[in-house]
Amino acid sequence: QLLNINHPAPLVFCIASGEGWSRRNAEAAQERDVHANSASPVIAAFKVFQQELDTRHDKHERLVKISRDVTIESKRAIFLLHRVTSVPDAERPPILNEAEGKLEGVRQKIGQIAEELRGEDIFQFHRAFTAGIQEYVEAVSFLHYIRHRGLISLEEINARLVFMKAENPDPKDSAEAAPSGAHVLTFQVTPADYLLGVADLTGELMRLCIGSVGNGDIDTPFQLSQFLRQIHDGFSYIGNTGPYEVSKKLHTLRQSLGKVEDACYALRVRGSEIPKHMLADVFCSRTAHLDTEEGVV
Amino acid sequence: MSVTEMFSCIQGFLSADQDVREDIRKVVQNLEQTAREILTVLQSVHQPAGFKDIPSKCARARELFCSVRTQMGELKTKFPAEQYYRFHEHWRFVLQRLAFLAAFVVYLESETLVTREEVAQILGIEVVREKGFHLDIEDFLAGVLIMASELSRLAVNSVTAGDYSRPLRISNFINELDSGFRLLNLKNDPLRKRYDGLKYDVKKIEEVVYDLSIRGLAKEAESGGDK
Repeated sequence: QLLNINHPAPLVFCIASGEGWSRRNAEAAQERDVHANSASPVIAAFKVFQQELDTRHDKHERLVKISRDVTIESKRAIFLLHRVTSVPDAERPPILNEAEGKLEGVRQKIGQIAEELRGEDIFQFHRAFTAGIQEYVEAVSFLHYIRHRGLISLEEINARLVFMKAENPDPKDSAEAAPSGAHVLTFQVTPADYLLGVADLTGELMRLCIGSVGNGDIDTPFQLSQFLRQIHDGFSYIGNTGPYEVSKKLHTLRQSLGKVEDACYALRVRGSEIPKHMLADVFCSRTAHLDTEEGVV
Repeated sequence: MSVTEMFSCIQGFLSADQDVREDIRKVVQNLEQTAREILTVLQSVHQPAGFKDIPSKCARARELFCSVRTQMGELKTKFPAEQYYRFHEHWRFVLQRLAFLAAFVVYLESETLVTREEVAQILGIEVVREKGFHLDIEDFLAGVLIMASELSRLAVNSVTAGDYSRPLRISNFINELDSGFRLLNLKNDPLRKRYDGLKYDVKKIEEVVYDLSIRGLAKEAESGGDK
Protein backbone atom coordinates (compact mmCIF):
# COMPACT_ATOMS: atom_id res chain seq x y z
CA GLN A 1 0.00 0.00 0.00
CA LEU A 2 2.87 2.34 0.79
CA LEU A 3 4.92 1.38 -2.16
CA ASN A 4 3.53 1.71 -5.64
CA ILE A 5 6.12 0.98 -8.27
CA ASN A 6 3.68 1.97 -11.01
CA HIS A 7 3.73 5.56 -9.80
CA PRO A 8 5.69 7.91 -12.01
CA ALA A 9 9.25 8.40 -10.80
CA PRO A 10 9.57 10.37 -7.57
CA LEU A 11 9.80 14.16 -7.96
CA VAL A 12 13.50 14.26 -7.20
CA PHE A 13 14.26 12.02 -10.13
CA CYS A 14 12.15 14.08 -12.47
CA ILE A 15 14.24 17.11 -11.67
CA ALA A 16 17.43 15.14 -11.69
CA SER A 17 16.81 13.45 -15.02
CA GLY A 18 18.58 14.82 -18.03
CA GLU A 19 21.87 16.66 -17.67
CA GLY A 20 21.58 17.02 -13.91
CA TRP A 21 21.14 13.31 -13.49
CA SER A 22 24.00 12.33 -15.73
CA ARG A 23 26.35 14.71 -13.92
CA ARG A 24 25.28 13.37 -10.56
CA ASN A 25 25.60 9.84 -11.87
CA ALA A 26 29.08 10.42 -13.27
CA GLU A 27 30.24 11.79 -9.91
CA ALA A 28 28.76 8.84 -8.09
CA ALA A 29 30.39 6.50 -10.53
CA GLN A 30 33.77 8.13 -10.01
CA GLU A 31 33.32 7.78 -6.27
CA ARG A 32 32.54 4.13 -6.71
CA ASP A 33 35.58 3.62 -8.90
CA VAL A 34 37.87 5.20 -6.30
CA HIS A 35 36.47 2.90 -3.66
CA ALA A 36 36.43 -0.08 -5.96
CA ASN A 37 38.48 -2.63 -4.20
CA SER A 38 41.27 -3.59 -6.55
CA ALA A 39 41.49 -6.87 -4.73
CA SER A 40 37.89 -7.57 -5.68
CA PRO A 41 37.71 -10.63 -7.92
CA VAL A 42 35.36 -8.83 -10.30
CA ILE A 43 37.78 -5.95 -10.85
CA ALA A 44 40.71 -8.34 -11.13
CA ALA A 45 38.83 -10.34 -13.76
CA PHE A 46 38.04 -7.20 -15.76
CA LYS A 47 41.68 -6.15 -15.73
CA VAL A 48 42.47 -9.42 -17.45
CA PHE A 49 39.64 -8.82 -19.94
CA GLN A 50 41.02 -5.36 -20.63
CA GLN A 51 44.42 -6.75 -21.52
CA GLU A 52 42.98 -9.42 -23.77
CA LEU A 53 40.75 -7.00 -25.61
CA ASP A 54 43.56 -4.45 -25.99
CA THR A 55 45.88 -7.08 -27.44
CA ARG A 56 43.21 -8.18 -29.88
CA HIS A 57 42.38 -4.64 -30.98
CA ASP A 58 46.05 -3.71 -31.37
CA LYS A 59 46.67 -6.62 -33.69
CA HIS A 60 43.57 -5.70 -35.67
CA GLU A 61 44.86 -2.14 -36.06
CA ARG A 62 48.31 -3.29 -37.19
CA LEU A 63 46.70 -5.47 -39.81
CA VAL A 64 44.47 -2.62 -40.99
CA LYS A 65 47.55 -0.43 -41.46
CA ILE A 66 49.38 -3.05 -43.49
CA SER A 67 46.26 -3.72 -45.50
CA ARG A 68 46.00 -0.03 -46.39
CA ASP A 69 49.55 -0.07 -47.72
CA VAL A 70 48.70 -3.16 -49.74
CA THR A 71 45.67 -1.40 -51.20
CA ILE A 72 47.58 1.76 -52.15
CA GLU A 73 50.49 -0.01 -53.82
CA SER A 74 48.17 -2.41 -55.67
CA LYS A 75 46.12 0.51 -56.97
CA ARG A 76 49.29 2.24 -58.16
CA ALA A 77 50.33 -0.89 -60.00
CA ILE A 78 46.93 -0.93 -61.72
CA PHE A 79 47.19 2.73 -62.80
CA LEU A 80 50.65 1.98 -64.14
CA LEU A 81 49.38 -0.98 -66.13
CA HIS A 82 46.68 1.07 -67.82
CA ARG A 83 49.45 3.02 -69.52
CA VAL A 84 50.52 0.01 -71.61
CA THR A 85 47.63 0.62 -73.96
CA SER A 86 48.94 4.03 -74.94
CA VAL A 87 52.58 3.18 -75.59
CA PRO A 88 54.17 1.42 -78.56
CA ASP A 89 54.97 -2.28 -78.07
CA ALA A 90 58.65 -1.64 -77.53
CA GLU A 91 57.98 0.45 -74.45
CA ARG A 92 55.66 -2.07 -72.81
CA PRO A 93 58.25 -4.36 -71.10
CA PRO A 94 59.65 -1.63 -68.80
CA ILE A 95 56.15 -0.74 -67.64
CA LEU A 96 55.30 -4.36 -67.03
CA ASN A 97 58.52 -4.86 -65.12
CA GLU A 98 57.90 -1.79 -63.01
CA ALA A 99 54.42 -3.07 -62.18
CA GLU A 100 55.87 -6.46 -61.34
CA GLY A 101 58.28 -4.73 -59.00
CA LYS A 102 55.47 -2.90 -57.24
CA LEU A 103 53.57 -6.14 -56.78
CA GLU A 104 56.67 -7.80 -55.37
CA GLY A 105 56.68 -5.02 -52.76
CA VAL A 106 53.03 -5.73 -52.06
CA ARG A 107 53.87 -9.38 -51.55
CA GLN A 108 56.40 -8.41 -48.90
CA LYS A 109 53.64 -6.50 -47.12
CA ILE A 110 51.42 -9.57 -47.31
CA GLY A 111 54.30 -11.41 -45.72
CA GLN A 112 53.98 -9.02 -42.79
CA ILE A 113 50.30 -9.89 -42.59
CA ALA A 114 51.23 -13.56 -42.53
CA GLU A 115 53.68 -12.82 -39.71
CA GLU A 116 50.97 -11.09 -37.64
CA LEU A 117 48.62 -14.00 -38.23
CA ARG A 118 51.15 -16.61 -37.14
CA GLY A 119 49.48 -18.83 -34.54
CA GLU A 120 46.16 -17.01 -34.91
CA ASP A 121 42.86 -18.00 -36.37
CA ILE A 122 43.11 -16.09 -39.68
CA PHE A 123 39.35 -15.62 -39.87
CA GLN A 124 39.29 -13.73 -36.60
CA PHE A 125 41.08 -10.84 -38.30
CA HIS A 126 39.85 -11.32 -41.84
CA ARG A 127 37.88 -8.09 -41.88
CA ALA A 128 41.07 -6.17 -41.21
CA PHE A 129 42.87 -7.22 -44.37
CA THR A 130 40.25 -8.46 -46.83
CA ALA A 131 40.08 -5.14 -48.70
CA GLY A 132 43.83 -5.08 -49.30
CA ILE A 133 43.93 -8.68 -50.41
CA GLN A 134 41.10 -8.13 -52.89
CA GLU A 135 42.97 -5.16 -54.34
CA TYR A 136 46.10 -7.29 -54.66
CA VAL A 137 44.18 -10.03 -56.46
CA GLU A 138 42.79 -7.39 -58.82
CA ALA A 139 46.27 -6.01 -59.56
CA VAL A 140 48.04 -9.32 -60.00
CA SER A 141 45.32 -10.76 -62.21
CA PHE A 142 45.35 -7.57 -64.30
CA LEU A 143 49.08 -7.91 -64.93
CA HIS A 144 48.60 -11.58 -65.70
CA TYR A 145 45.93 -10.81 -68.28
CA ILE A 146 48.03 -8.18 -70.02
CA ARG A 147 50.92 -10.61 -70.27
CA HIS A 148 49.13 -13.89 -70.98
CA ARG A 149 45.59 -13.01 -72.04
CA GLY A 150 44.22 -15.44 -69.48
CA LEU A 151 42.90 -15.59 -65.93
CA ILE A 152 45.39 -16.24 -63.16
CA SER A 153 44.30 -19.11 -60.94
CA LEU A 154 43.95 -19.03 -57.17
CA GLU A 155 46.73 -21.62 -56.91
CA GLU A 156 49.09 -19.46 -58.91
CA ILE A 157 48.36 -16.48 -56.68
CA ASN A 158 48.91 -18.45 -53.49
CA ALA A 159 52.05 -20.08 -54.85
CA ARG A 160 53.73 -16.65 -54.86
CA LEU A 161 52.67 -15.90 -51.28
CA VAL A 162 55.26 -18.12 -49.65
CA PHE A 163 57.74 -16.36 -47.40
CA MET A 164 61.02 -17.45 -45.90
CA LYS A 165 61.40 -16.16 -42.37
CA ALA A 166 64.48 -16.29 -40.18
CA GLU A 167 62.75 -16.84 -36.84
CA ASN A 168 61.80 -20.08 -35.14
CA PRO A 169 59.12 -21.93 -37.02
CA ASP A 170 55.71 -22.24 -35.44
CA PRO A 171 54.12 -25.61 -36.19
CA LYS A 172 50.77 -23.89 -36.52
CA ASP A 173 51.89 -21.63 -39.39
CA SER A 174 49.65 -23.13 -42.01
CA ALA A 175 48.33 -26.38 -43.26
CA GLU A 176 51.00 -26.47 -45.93
CA ALA A 177 53.96 -25.65 -43.70
CA ALA A 178 57.15 -27.23 -44.95
CA PRO A 179 58.65 -30.05 -42.87
CA SER A 180 60.52 -28.93 -39.78
CA GLY A 181 63.82 -27.32 -40.53
CA ALA A 182 62.52 -24.89 -43.17
CA HIS A 183 61.24 -21.54 -41.84
CA VAL A 184 58.30 -20.98 -44.10
CA LEU A 185 55.26 -18.78 -43.72
CA THR A 186 52.41 -18.82 -46.20
CA PHE A 187 49.40 -16.64 -46.81
CA GLN A 188 46.37 -18.25 -48.38
CA VAL A 189 43.98 -16.04 -50.30
CA THR A 190 40.50 -17.44 -49.73
CA PRO A 191 38.26 -18.37 -52.68
CA ALA A 192 35.89 -15.61 -51.57
CA ASP A 193 38.57 -12.89 -51.68
CA TYR A 194 39.76 -14.27 -55.00
CA LEU A 195 36.26 -14.00 -56.44
CA LEU A 196 35.84 -10.46 -55.17
CA GLY A 197 39.21 -9.42 -56.59
CA VAL A 198 38.36 -10.93 -59.98
CA ALA A 199 35.00 -9.17 -59.92
CA ASP A 200 36.83 -5.85 -59.47
CA LEU A 201 39.26 -6.86 -62.22
CA THR A 202 36.42 -6.76 -64.72
CA GLY A 203 36.05 -3.03 -64.11
CA GLU A 204 39.70 -2.48 -65.00
CA LEU A 205 39.39 -4.69 -68.07
CA MET A 206 36.46 -2.58 -69.21
CA ARG A 207 38.60 0.54 -68.86
CA LEU A 208 41.40 -1.22 -70.71
CA CYS A 209 38.98 -1.89 -73.53
CA ILE A 210 37.80 1.70 -73.84
CA GLY A 211 41.37 2.91 -73.50
CA SER A 212 42.68 0.66 -76.24
CA VAL A 213 39.98 1.73 -78.66
CA GLY A 214 40.97 5.34 -78.04
CA ASN A 215 44.47 4.39 -79.07
CA GLY A 216 43.42 2.82 -82.29
CA ASP A 217 43.83 -0.76 -81.08
CA ILE A 218 40.81 -2.52 -82.47
CA ASP A 219 41.84 -6.12 -81.69
CA THR A 220 41.97 -5.89 -77.91
CA PRO A 221 38.29 -4.99 -77.46
CA PHE A 222 37.15 -8.19 -79.14
CA GLN A 223 39.56 -10.33 -77.11
CA LEU A 224 38.47 -8.57 -73.95
CA SER A 225 34.83 -9.02 -74.75
CA GLN A 226 35.33 -12.74 -75.10
CA PHE A 227 37.30 -12.95 -71.85
CA LEU A 228 34.89 -10.79 -69.88
CA ARG A 229 31.99 -12.84 -71.06
CA GLN A 230 33.64 -15.99 -69.75
CA ILE A 231 34.19 -14.37 -66.38
CA HIS A 232 30.64 -13.07 -66.29
CA ASP A 233 29.32 -16.52 -67.12
CA GLY A 234 31.45 -17.95 -64.34
CA PHE A 235 29.92 -15.55 -61.85
CA SER A 236 26.43 -16.32 -63.11
CA TYR A 237 27.15 -19.98 -62.55
CA ILE A 238 28.10 -19.28 -58.96
CA GLY A 239 25.03 -17.11 -58.53
CA ASN A 240 24.00 -16.60 -54.92
CA THR A 241 26.01 -19.45 -53.48
CA GLY A 242 28.99 -17.18 -53.00
CA PRO A 243 29.46 -14.58 -50.31
CA TYR A 244 26.93 -11.78 -50.26
CA GLU A 245 29.46 -9.25 -51.54
CA VAL A 246 29.89 -11.23 -54.74
CA SER A 247 26.21 -10.93 -55.57
CA LYS A 248 26.48 -7.19 -55.09
CA LYS A 249 29.42 -6.92 -57.49
CA LEU A 250 27.59 -8.96 -60.13
CA HIS A 251 25.55 -5.89 -61.00
CA THR A 252 28.64 -3.78 -61.74
CA LEU A 253 30.11 -6.68 -63.66
CA ARG A 254 27.10 -6.80 -65.96
CA GLN A 255 27.46 -3.09 -66.59
CA SER A 256 31.14 -3.48 -67.47
CA LEU A 257 30.38 -6.33 -69.82
CA GLY A 258 27.60 -4.27 -71.39
CA LYS A 259 29.96 -1.38 -72.10
CA VAL A 260 32.53 -3.66 -73.67
CA GLU A 261 29.92 -5.39 -75.83
CA ASP A 262 28.59 -1.99 -76.92
CA ALA A 263 32.13 -0.94 -77.84
CA CYS A 264 32.59 -4.06 -79.97
CA TYR A 265 29.25 -3.45 -81.63
CA ALA A 266 30.19 0.13 -82.48
CA LEU A 267 33.54 -0.98 -83.85
CA ARG A 268 31.94 -3.65 -85.98
CA VAL A 269 29.15 -1.54 -87.36
CA ARG A 270 30.83 1.81 -87.69
CA GLY A 271 34.54 1.16 -87.32
CA SER A 272 35.24 1.20 -91.03
CA GLU A 273 33.51 4.52 -91.61
CA ILE A 274 35.24 6.50 -88.87
CA PRO A 275 38.85 7.63 -89.09
CA LYS A 276 40.89 5.93 -86.36
CA HIS A 277 41.74 9.11 -84.56
CA MET A 278 38.08 9.82 -84.11
CA LEU A 279 37.14 6.37 -82.85
CA ALA A 280 37.67 7.46 -79.28
CA ASP A 281 34.95 10.11 -79.67
CA VAL A 282 32.40 7.45 -80.51
CA PHE A 283 32.85 5.99 -77.07
CA CYS A 284 33.39 9.16 -75.12
CA SER A 285 29.80 10.36 -75.32
CA ARG A 286 28.28 6.94 -74.85
CA THR A 287 30.47 5.87 -71.97
CA ALA A 288 30.94 9.21 -70.22
CA HIS A 289 27.58 9.18 -68.50
CA LEU A 290 27.91 5.49 -67.66
CA ASP A 291 31.30 6.09 -66.05
CA THR A 292 29.94 8.67 -63.63
CA GLU A 293 27.60 6.01 -62.22
CA GLU A 294 30.53 4.08 -60.84
CA GLY A 295 31.37 5.01 -57.32
CA VAL A 296 34.62 4.28 -55.61
CA VAL A 297 36.16 1.12 -56.99
CA MET B 1 43.29 -23.69 -66.33
CA SER B 2 40.54 -22.02 -68.30
CA VAL B 3 38.18 -19.46 -66.87
CA THR B 4 35.36 -21.98 -66.83
CA GLU B 5 37.46 -24.57 -65.01
CA MET B 6 38.53 -21.98 -62.44
CA PHE B 7 34.94 -21.07 -61.62
CA SER B 8 33.94 -24.70 -61.50
CA CYS B 9 36.63 -25.30 -58.95
CA ILE B 10 35.53 -22.33 -56.86
CA GLN B 11 31.92 -23.41 -57.07
CA GLY B 12 32.92 -26.78 -55.65
CA PHE B 13 34.55 -25.05 -52.74
CA LEU B 14 31.57 -22.77 -52.10
CA SER B 15 29.23 -25.73 -52.26
CA ALA B 16 31.19 -27.65 -49.66
CA ASP B 17 31.27 -24.54 -47.49
CA GLN B 18 27.50 -24.22 -47.70
CA ASP B 19 27.05 -27.86 -46.66
CA VAL B 20 29.14 -27.32 -43.55
CA ARG B 21 27.13 -24.24 -42.67
CA GLU B 22 23.89 -26.16 -43.11
CA ASP B 23 25.11 -28.81 -40.64
CA ILE B 24 26.15 -26.15 -38.18
CA ARG B 25 22.79 -24.39 -38.47
CA LYS B 26 20.93 -27.55 -37.54
CA VAL B 27 22.89 -28.09 -34.33
CA VAL B 28 22.62 -24.40 -33.45
CA GLN B 29 18.85 -24.63 -33.79
CA ASN B 30 18.84 -27.40 -31.18
CA LEU B 31 21.04 -25.30 -28.92
CA GLU B 32 18.66 -22.37 -29.29
CA GLN B 33 15.75 -24.58 -28.35
CA THR B 34 17.49 -25.75 -25.19
CA ALA B 35 18.45 -22.17 -24.39
CA ARG B 36 14.78 -21.18 -24.62
CA GLU B 37 13.87 -23.98 -22.23
CA ILE B 38 16.44 -22.84 -19.70
CA LEU B 39 15.21 -19.26 -20.06
CA THR B 40 11.62 -20.36 -19.41
CA VAL B 41 12.69 -22.07 -16.20
CA LEU B 42 14.71 -19.10 -14.97
CA GLN B 43 12.27 -16.38 -16.02
CA SER B 44 9.77 -17.69 -13.51
CA VAL B 45 11.85 -16.25 -10.68
CA HIS B 46 10.30 -12.89 -11.54
CA GLN B 47 6.91 -14.06 -10.36
CA PRO B 48 6.13 -13.44 -6.69
CA ALA B 49 5.66 -17.13 -6.11
CA GLY B 50 8.85 -17.91 -7.94
CA PHE B 51 11.18 -16.44 -5.35
CA LYS B 52 10.89 -19.27 -2.91
CA ASP B 53 11.70 -21.84 -5.57
CA ILE B 54 14.98 -20.33 -6.71
CA PRO B 55 17.15 -23.29 -5.63
CA SER B 56 14.99 -25.83 -7.41
CA LYS B 57 14.85 -23.69 -10.54
CA CYS B 58 18.61 -23.46 -10.59
CA ALA B 59 18.86 -27.21 -10.22
CA ARG B 60 16.45 -27.69 -13.11
CA ALA B 61 18.43 -25.27 -15.24
CA ARG B 62 21.62 -27.15 -14.47
CA GLU B 63 19.97 -30.33 -15.65
CA LEU B 64 19.11 -28.68 -18.93
CA PHE B 65 22.71 -27.55 -19.31
CA CYS B 66 23.59 -31.22 -19.63
CA SER B 67 21.76 -31.22 -22.94
CA VAL B 68 23.69 -28.09 -23.89
CA ARG B 69 26.96 -29.90 -23.26
CA THR B 70 25.88 -32.78 -25.44
CA GLN B 71 24.81 -30.45 -28.24
CA MET B 72 28.06 -28.50 -27.98
CA GLY B 73 29.92 -31.76 -28.34
CA GLU B 74 28.02 -32.37 -31.53
CA LEU B 75 28.65 -28.86 -32.83
CA LYS B 76 32.39 -29.31 -32.44
CA THR B 77 32.33 -32.23 -34.88
CA LYS B 78 30.83 -30.24 -37.72
CA PHE B 79 33.92 -28.29 -38.76
CA PRO B 80 37.72 -28.27 -38.38
CA ALA B 81 38.69 -26.94 -34.95
CA GLU B 82 41.07 -24.30 -36.28
CA GLN B 83 38.30 -22.62 -38.30
CA TYR B 84 36.25 -21.46 -35.30
CA TYR B 85 36.08 -17.86 -36.44
CA ARG B 86 35.19 -18.76 -39.99
CA PHE B 87 31.79 -19.96 -38.74
CA HIS B 88 31.59 -17.96 -35.53
CA GLU B 89 28.65 -15.87 -36.72
CA HIS B 90 26.42 -18.95 -36.73
CA TRP B 91 26.61 -19.57 -33.01
CA ARG B 92 27.51 -16.15 -31.69
CA PHE B 93 23.94 -15.29 -30.70
CA VAL B 94 23.12 -18.55 -28.97
CA LEU B 95 26.48 -18.64 -27.17
CA GLN B 96 25.84 -15.16 -25.79
CA ARG B 97 22.43 -16.27 -24.56
CA LEU B 98 23.88 -19.40 -22.98
CA ALA B 99 26.60 -17.34 -21.31
CA PHE B 100 23.87 -15.08 -19.93
CA LEU B 101 21.86 -18.04 -18.67
CA ALA B 102 24.90 -19.60 -17.02
CA ALA B 103 25.78 -16.29 -15.39
CA PHE B 104 22.19 -15.86 -14.22
CA VAL B 105 22.06 -19.31 -12.66
CA VAL B 106 25.32 -18.71 -10.83
CA TYR B 107 24.07 -15.35 -9.61
CA LEU B 108 20.82 -16.82 -8.33
CA GLU B 109 22.79 -19.52 -6.52
CA SER B 110 25.62 -17.48 -5.03
CA GLU B 111 25.05 -13.78 -5.88
CA THR B 112 28.52 -13.60 -7.40
CA LEU B 113 29.78 -12.96 -10.91
CA VAL B 114 30.46 -16.16 -12.77
CA THR B 115 33.97 -16.58 -14.15
CA ARG B 116 34.73 -17.41 -17.75
CA GLU B 117 36.06 -20.76 -16.64
CA GLU B 118 32.80 -21.60 -14.88
CA VAL B 119 30.72 -20.66 -17.90
CA ALA B 120 32.94 -22.73 -20.15
CA GLN B 121 32.58 -25.66 -17.80
CA ILE B 122 28.79 -25.35 -17.65
CA LEU B 123 28.62 -25.25 -21.45
CA GLY B 124 31.20 -27.94 -22.00
CA ILE B 125 33.63 -25.79 -23.97
CA GLU B 126 37.08 -24.25 -23.55
CA VAL B 127 38.21 -20.81 -22.44
CA VAL B 128 41.36 -20.70 -24.50
CA ARG B 129 41.11 -20.77 -28.29
CA GLU B 130 44.11 -23.03 -28.78
CA LYS B 131 42.52 -25.79 -26.74
CA GLY B 132 39.46 -26.11 -28.95
CA PHE B 133 35.95 -24.73 -29.32
CA HIS B 134 36.07 -21.85 -26.91
CA LEU B 135 34.01 -19.06 -25.42
CA ASP B 136 35.02 -15.83 -27.11
CA ILE B 137 35.63 -13.13 -24.52
CA GLU B 138 33.26 -10.70 -26.21
CA ASP B 139 30.45 -13.26 -26.17
CA PHE B 140 31.06 -13.84 -22.47
CA LEU B 141 30.91 -10.09 -21.79
CA ALA B 142 27.76 -9.74 -23.88
CA GLY B 143 26.15 -12.51 -21.82
CA VAL B 144 27.10 -10.70 -18.61
CA LEU B 145 25.50 -7.50 -19.90
CA ILE B 146 22.30 -9.35 -20.80
CA MET B 147 22.27 -10.61 -17.23
CA ALA B 148 22.63 -7.05 -15.92
CA SER B 149 19.37 -6.15 -17.67
CA GLU B 150 17.73 -9.23 -16.22
CA LEU B 151 18.90 -8.24 -12.73
CA SER B 152 17.54 -4.72 -13.04
CA ARG B 153 14.19 -6.31 -13.81
CA LEU B 154 14.65 -8.71 -10.89
CA ALA B 155 15.31 -5.80 -8.54
CA VAL B 156 11.97 -4.27 -9.48
CA ASN B 157 10.10 -7.53 -9.14
CA SER B 158 11.77 -8.43 -5.84
CA VAL B 159 10.24 -5.37 -4.30
CA THR B 160 6.85 -6.24 -5.72
CA ALA B 161 7.19 -9.69 -4.22
CA GLY B 162 8.05 -8.20 -0.85
CA ASP B 163 11.78 -8.92 -0.85
CA TYR B 164 13.31 -5.55 0.07
CA SER B 165 16.89 -6.66 0.65
CA ARG B 166 17.59 -8.31 -2.66
CA PRO B 167 17.53 -5.04 -4.62
CA LEU B 168 20.24 -3.61 -2.35
CA ARG B 169 22.46 -6.59 -3.01
CA ILE B 170 21.72 -6.40 -6.73
CA SER B 171 22.63 -2.73 -6.63
CA ASN B 172 26.04 -3.40 -5.12
CA PHE B 173 26.64 -6.16 -7.59
CA ILE B 174 25.70 -4.13 -10.67
CA ASN B 175 27.73 -1.13 -9.51
CA GLU B 176 30.81 -3.29 -9.18
CA LEU B 177 30.10 -4.75 -12.61
CA ASP B 178 29.86 -1.23 -14.00
CA SER B 179 33.23 -0.35 -12.47
CA GLY B 180 34.69 -3.42 -14.11
CA PHE B 181 33.32 -2.56 -17.52
CA ARG B 182 34.70 0.93 -17.21
CA LEU B 183 38.18 -0.55 -17.21
CA LEU B 184 37.71 -1.86 -20.73
CA ASN B 185 38.78 0.02 -23.84
CA LEU B 186 35.92 -0.83 -26.14
CA LYS B 187 35.75 -0.10 -29.83
CA ASN B 188 32.62 1.15 -31.57
CA ASP B 189 31.23 -2.33 -32.05
CA PRO B 190 28.13 -4.25 -30.93
CA LEU B 191 29.69 -4.96 -27.53
CA ARG B 192 30.18 -1.25 -26.99
CA LYS B 193 26.55 -0.57 -27.89
CA ARG B 194 25.39 -3.23 -25.49
CA TYR B 195 27.61 -1.80 -22.78
CA ASP B 196 26.01 1.60 -23.35
CA GLY B 197 22.77 0.02 -22.14
CA LEU B 198 24.31 -0.85 -18.77
CA LYS B 199 23.93 2.69 -17.47
CA TYR B 200 20.15 2.43 -17.83
CA ASP B 201 20.19 -0.78 -15.80
CA VAL B 202 22.29 0.98 -13.17
CA LYS B 203 19.88 3.88 -13.10
CA LYS B 204 16.81 1.67 -12.83
CA ILE B 205 18.25 -0.20 -9.87
CA GLU B 206 19.31 3.05 -8.21
CA GLU B 207 15.74 4.26 -8.47
CA VAL B 208 14.50 1.10 -6.81
CA VAL B 209 17.02 1.48 -4.00
CA TYR B 210 16.05 5.14 -3.67
CA ASP B 211 12.36 4.26 -3.47
CA LEU B 212 13.10 1.76 -0.73
CA SER B 213 15.38 4.01 1.29
CA ILE B 214 13.14 7.09 1.39
CA ARG B 215 10.31 4.96 2.65
CA GLY B 216 12.50 3.35 5.24
CA LEU B 217 11.97 -0.06 3.70
CA ALA B 218 15.68 -0.58 3.13
CA LYS B 219 16.39 -0.17 6.86
CA GLU B 220 13.52 -2.53 7.55
CA ALA B 221 15.09 -5.07 5.26
CA GLU B 222 18.49 -4.75 6.86
CA SER B 223 17.02 -5.48 10.23
CA GLY B 224 15.47 -8.61 8.84
CA GLY B 225 12.01 -7.13 8.50
CA ASP B 226 11.12 -8.96 5.31
CA LYS B 227 12.23 -12.45 6.26
